[in-house]
Amino acid sequence: MLSLRDIRKRIRAVESTKQITKTMEMVAAARLRKAQQQIESFRPYARKMQEMLAHLSEASGAVEHPYFEQREGNKVALVVISSDRGLCGSYNSNIFRRTNLWVADHPDLDVGLILIGKKAINFYKRRDYKILGSYRDFDGKFDIGKVRQITNDLSEMFISGDVDRIVFIYTAFLSMASFRITETQFLPIRAEFEEAVEKEEYAAAKEYIFEPDPETIFKQLLPSYALVLVQMAVADAIASEHGTRMLAMGSATKNAGEMIEQLTLQRNKARQASITSELLEIVSGAEALNK
Amino acid sequence: MFKLSIVSPERVLYEDDVESLVAPGIDGYLGILSNHAPLITSLVTGRIEIRDAHKIEKIAAISQGFLEVSGNTATILADAVEFVEEIDLSRAESALKRAEERVNMDSGDIDLPRARNALIRARNRIKLVKQFKQMKK
Repeated sequence: MLSLRDIRKRIRAVESTKQITKTMEMVAAARLRKAQQQIESFRPYARKMQEMLAHLSEASGAVEHPYFEQREGNKVALVVISSDRGLCGSYNSNIFRRTNLWVADHPDLDVGLILIGKKAINFYKRRDYKILGSYRDFDGKFDIGKVRQITNDLSEMFISGDVDRIVFIYTAFLSMASFRITETQFLPIRAEFEEAVEKEEYAAAKEYIFEPDPETIFKQLLPSYALVLVQMAVADAIASEHGTRMLAMGSATKNAGEMIEQLTLQRNKARQASITSELLEIVSGAEALNK
Repeated sequence: MFKLSIVSPERVLYEDDVESLVAPGIDGYLGILSNHAPLITSLVTGRIEIRDAHKIEKIAAISQGFLEVSGNTATILADAVEFVEEIDLSRAESALKRAEERVNMDSGDIDLPRARNALIRARNRIKLVKQFKQMKK
């Protein structure tokens, strides 16, 4: 059993830890709000762009672009989005587990990893995986310059033929308390917007005027679309990071509170015991004198 | 009257019914009225003029983008767009200075097309702010 002094010391220690986790929870909540705003302000743009691409490809027929090129090769780049900082529950370990699974599930593919975030870099540094590139220091903040850099590097990698396919693994942000690890193919761009058109039964009779011509517009629009895709993945991952951190820190704060309660109980018991034994000593001492 | 929405990656700048729209198409400025024929075009850096349902004119600066008109709806996707009133002149001027320096250095390792673009954008913003101020007088 711990002595009274030790218990007091532990209560103080747990209390200061609780304060730290509480602060981290609040910081994460603030950053999450910001990240959410980022996602929400960005969604209309992404949606409209998809619509425009849909109409464009519908009206102009098959357009050839390097981004659409389906290749037979087996070289795949897997883009793993993790965080720079820890203390966010199982956010990173879930991503790594999924990544390892993905690689194990595709033994026929020549997979190379592209790592985003310090945690992924440190994790895969010492393991036996091929690493094609790494980016760090997003630090939970959305940085359009870095996103652009990543997009440019990835498309160059794809167009030059270094890889035949690029897949993202990241944590999609569904709501404040629900996140899902998602894999999506980035390049070649899946012509998903064409399917959307068929569902909508878009009036095919429409004769669009193109200025200059559809191919040129496509060529200008697709790099922006690629950027949009990367942007969405990164923005989701950042929001999820803050979300998981908020939850993790919330439960840490709660646990610390419970621990303090238990320790306080123990402290009171110990104090009572010491008082009782002191009293006993005095009483028995006094009785001995009376004899 | 037709529906116009102007969106950029940062935000939705405008979403409402308008009477007319003028936008900087790749081959010159385009005027759009209601029931315009379906159209998709790329836009260059320049000025957007809107005349809204109450016949109030609004002017915005756009830095490249795309315009689609179909079924009495017009959509502008812009890399960056803001109303003239929102432009921070001193910021635009310092951006212009930076871009000029970068273009003039021409040291090879900088991204020249991007620097040129920045230059065009900064000039566009400054020009529009000045025009806007004169208009008000």
